[in-house]
Amino acid sequence: MKSLADLEAIRQRAATDVNIRREHDGTRIVVGMATCGIAAGARPVMTAFVEEIGKRNLSDVSVVQTGCIGMCRLEPIVEVMRPGEEKVTYVKMTPEKARRVVSEHIVNGNIVAEYTIGNA
Amino acid sequence: MYRGHVLCCGGTGCTSSGSEAIINEMEAQLKANGLENEIKVIKTGCFGLCALGPIMVVYPEGAFYSRVKVEDVKEIVEEHLLKGRIVTRLLYQETVEDDGIKSLNEVDFYKKQHRVALRNCGVIDPENIDEYIEADGYKALGKVLTEMTREEVIDEVTKSGLRGRGGGGFPTGLKWKFAYNAKGDKKFVACNADEGDPGAFMDRSILEGDPHSVIEAMAIAAYAVGADQGYIYIRAEYPIAVKRLEIAIGQARAYGLLGKNIFGTDFSFDLELRLGAGAFVCGEETALMTSIEGKRGEPRPRPPFPANQGLWAKPTLLNNVETYANITQIINNGAEWFSSIGTEKSKGTKVFALGGKINNTGLVEIPMGTTLREIIEEIGGGIPDGKKFKAAQTGGPSGGCIPAALMDTPIDYDSLIQIGSMMGSGGLIVMDEDNCMVDIAKFFLEFTVDESCGKCAPCRIGTKRLLEILTKITDGKGTMEDIDRLEELAYTIKNSSLCGLGQTAPNPVLSTLRYFRDEYIAHVKDKTCPAGVCKALSRYVINREKCKGCSLCSRQCPVGAISGKIKEPFVIDSDKCIKCGACMEACKFGAIYKK
Ligand SMILES: Cc1cc2nc3c(=O)[nH]c(=O)nc-3n(C[C@H](O)[C@H](O)[C@H](O)COP(=O)(O)O)c2cc1C
Repeated sequence: MKSLADLEAIRQRAATDVNIRREHDGTRIVVGMATCGIAAGARPVMTAFVEEIGKRNLSDVSVVQTGCIGMCRLEPIVEVMRPGEEKVTYVKMTPEKARRVVSEHIVNGNIVAEYTIGNA
Repeated sequence: MYRGHVLCCGGTGCTSSGSEAIINEMEAQLKANGLENEIKVIKTGCFGLCALGPIMVVYPEGAFYSRVKVEDVKEIVEEHLLKGRIVTRLLYQETVEDDGIKSLNEVDFYKKQHRVALRNCGVIDPENIDEYIEADGYKALGKVLTEMTREEVIDEVTKSGLRGRGGGGFPTGLKWKFAYNAKGDKKFVACNADEGDPGAFMDRSILEGDPHSVIEAMAIAAYAVGADQGYIYIRAEYPIAVKRLEIAIGQARAYGLLGKNIFGTDFSFDLELRLGAGAFVCGEETALMTSIEGKRGEPRPRPPFPANQGLWAKPTLLNNVETYANITQIINNGAEWFSSIGTEKSKGTKVFALGGKINNTGLVEIPMGTTLREIIEEIGGGIPDGKKFKAAQTGGPSGGCIPAALMDTPIDYDSLIQIGSMMGSGGLIVMDEDNCMVDIAKFFLEFTVDESCGKCAPCRIGTKRLLEILTKITDGKGTMEDIDRLEELAYTIKNSSLCGLGQTAPNPVLSTLRYFRDEYIAHVKDKTCPAGVCKALSRYVINREKCKGCSLCSRQCPVGAISGKIKEPFVIDSDKCIKCGACMEACKFGAIYKK
C-alpha cells in the first residue's frame, strides 16, 4: 500500500460484500422459494440473479427469498422492488430472463414488460 | 458475490457456549444443501448480548437467532436459507413482531446504546482486513500521515475531550502532548490490554471483534508522539484475542500498513505483542512496562512518569485498548462530533461489561451521562426473578458500590468519584437483595490480598489485616471497635501505598461502610447477616406447622444434625449443623428456612 488511492481500491472491492449487512434502501429482489417455486426451478433463477449482481458489482441490491405467493402455476415468481417505485412481479422466470431483468430493469430502470404478471 | 451472510459470534462468551460447533455444523449443512457458494459464514466478535449466546445473525434479513443449538442449524439452513422462511421460533423474541422482525436497533437492549468503540464488533470479520478497510478502516491513518501535522493530530485528540478508559480518566490529548514534548532519540507507544478486573471483558471484546481499530490507532499515536515501535501488553488468558491480533498484525504488515514508509511517507512503525501472565498489578502502568522489559512486574514510584521515562527509560505513551478504539473515529468524524456525545467533562461513550444479578449480562456501550437506572432497568432488562436491586459495583476491586438511592446518578468520571465510586475500566456488577455487602467487600479484599505484589508494606500487610477484620465480622465475632479500626486502616493504606493497587484497594470497604453501615452493624451487634449469606451467622430452622415429619431432611443431613419422630415435627441442632443447605433443598413441603 503506497497511497490513499490503493486503500480506496481495496475498500471498493470489499464494499459489495459487506453492504448486505447494513440497513439500506436499495433495490430488493424477492424470489419465491417455497416447494412449488423450487420445483419449478427457482433456485437456478436466484443463482443467476446473484451471479449477475456480483458480476456487475451492484452494491445496493439484495436478493432475498420468500415463501409461496399463492400462484403456484406461475412459478418461479420474482418480485423487484426499487425504492420509490411500484413493485413489479415477474413470472415463469428462467436464468436467462433473470439476467435480462438485471440489465434492463435493475440497472437501467426499464421494466421488462413481456415477463410481468400482466402478460402471463 | 454471496446473497446471504451468516454471522456467528466467535467471542469468548459464545465460544464457551459452543459457537465453534455451530459454525462447523452450519458449514456442513450449507454444503449438504449446495448453498456454500451463495451463503457466506463469518465468525465475528461479540454482539454484546452474551446472556443469549450463542448468537447468529442472518443477512440481508437481519434475523437475530439466539441461544442457537447445533440441532437448530439444520432447520435454519433448510427453512430460512433455502426457502426464505425465517425460523421465528428460534429468534430473539424481542425482535419478533406480528408482521415480521424488527431491526436490532429498536430492541431495548440496543436502543439506548451508542456504539463507537464497539462499532465493528459483531459486524465485520475480525480476521479479514478487507472488511475492516471497507468500514473506513485505515482511512484515519492515511489522513493523518498525508494531510495532518503531528501537532494537528494531538490538537484534535485534545479538543475531542477523550479521557483514558483504563480507569484513571486522564485526558488523552494531554498525555500525547507530554510524550510528544519528551526529549529522546527513541520513543515507544504501548497498549494496556491486561484487563485484570474480575468480571470485566470490554477490552477483550474489542480486540476479538475489531483488532485493527487498535492497531491503526497505535500507528496514529506513534506518528503523533514520534515513536516507531509499539507493544501491546495482553494477558495470555485471552487466547482468542491474541490469535486475532496476530492475524491482524500479519495482514497489516502484508498490506504495508505496518512497517517501513507507510502510505509512501517517511513514517515507519511496527508492533509486537507481549503476553502477560495474568497478575492484576501488571495492569498498573509502571509494573506493565517493567514486565514488558522482561523483568518481574512490580510498580515503581512516579514521577518520573512513563511519558518521560517508560520502556527502557525512553519516553513511552501508554493507553488502554478502549481509549485507542476511539481514536480513528475522532480523526474521521472530527473532535467536534466526538465531544457532542456525553457530558460536559466526560465526552464520548463508555463500554461496560454487565454482570451479576441482571437479565441481559453482556457488553454495552452507552453515551456518558446515561444513568445507572437506564443501564440496569432498560438496557440490562432488570433483575432476574423479580428481586430488588440493592447496589452496583463499578471500578472492580478499586471501585465502590452505588446504592439504589443513587441510581439516577449520571455515569461520568466526576459524578462517580463524588459518590465514592469510580468509572474504572468498565466492570459493572449488579447486586440484589440476596447479596451481603460485607461479603462483597470481603470478596474484593480477598482478590487484592492475592494480587498485592508485596513490594510495599501498607498494601502487603495492610490489606491482609483489613481482610482479617472483615472475616472476623462475617464470622460473627466482630466488635464495634473493629468497624472503626477498619475505617482507620483503610485510610492509612490509601495514603501510604506505593501504587494504585494499594491506594484503591480499601475502596470497596469504604464505600460499603458509607452506604451499608447498617449491614456491618447487624453482623456485629445482632449477629445476623440480613441477606442470609454469611454462613456463620445464618441458621436453618424447621417450621413446626409445615413439617410433616417425613424424615427426608434428616436422611439428607451429612452430619446427623436433624432428629425427630416420624409424623412429628423434626428439629435441627444448630451446634452440629454445618449450614450446607441440603435439608432445605430436600424438603418437599417448604418447611425449612434460613434465618
Ligand atoms: C492495580 C492497577 C491495575 C490496572 N489495570 C489496568 C488494566 O487492566 N487495563 C488498563 O488499561 N489500565 C489499567 N490500570 C491503569 C493504568 O495504570 C493506566 O492508567 C492506563 O493503562 C492508562 O491508559 P489510559 O489513559 O488510556 O486509560 C491499572 C492501574 C492499577 C493501579
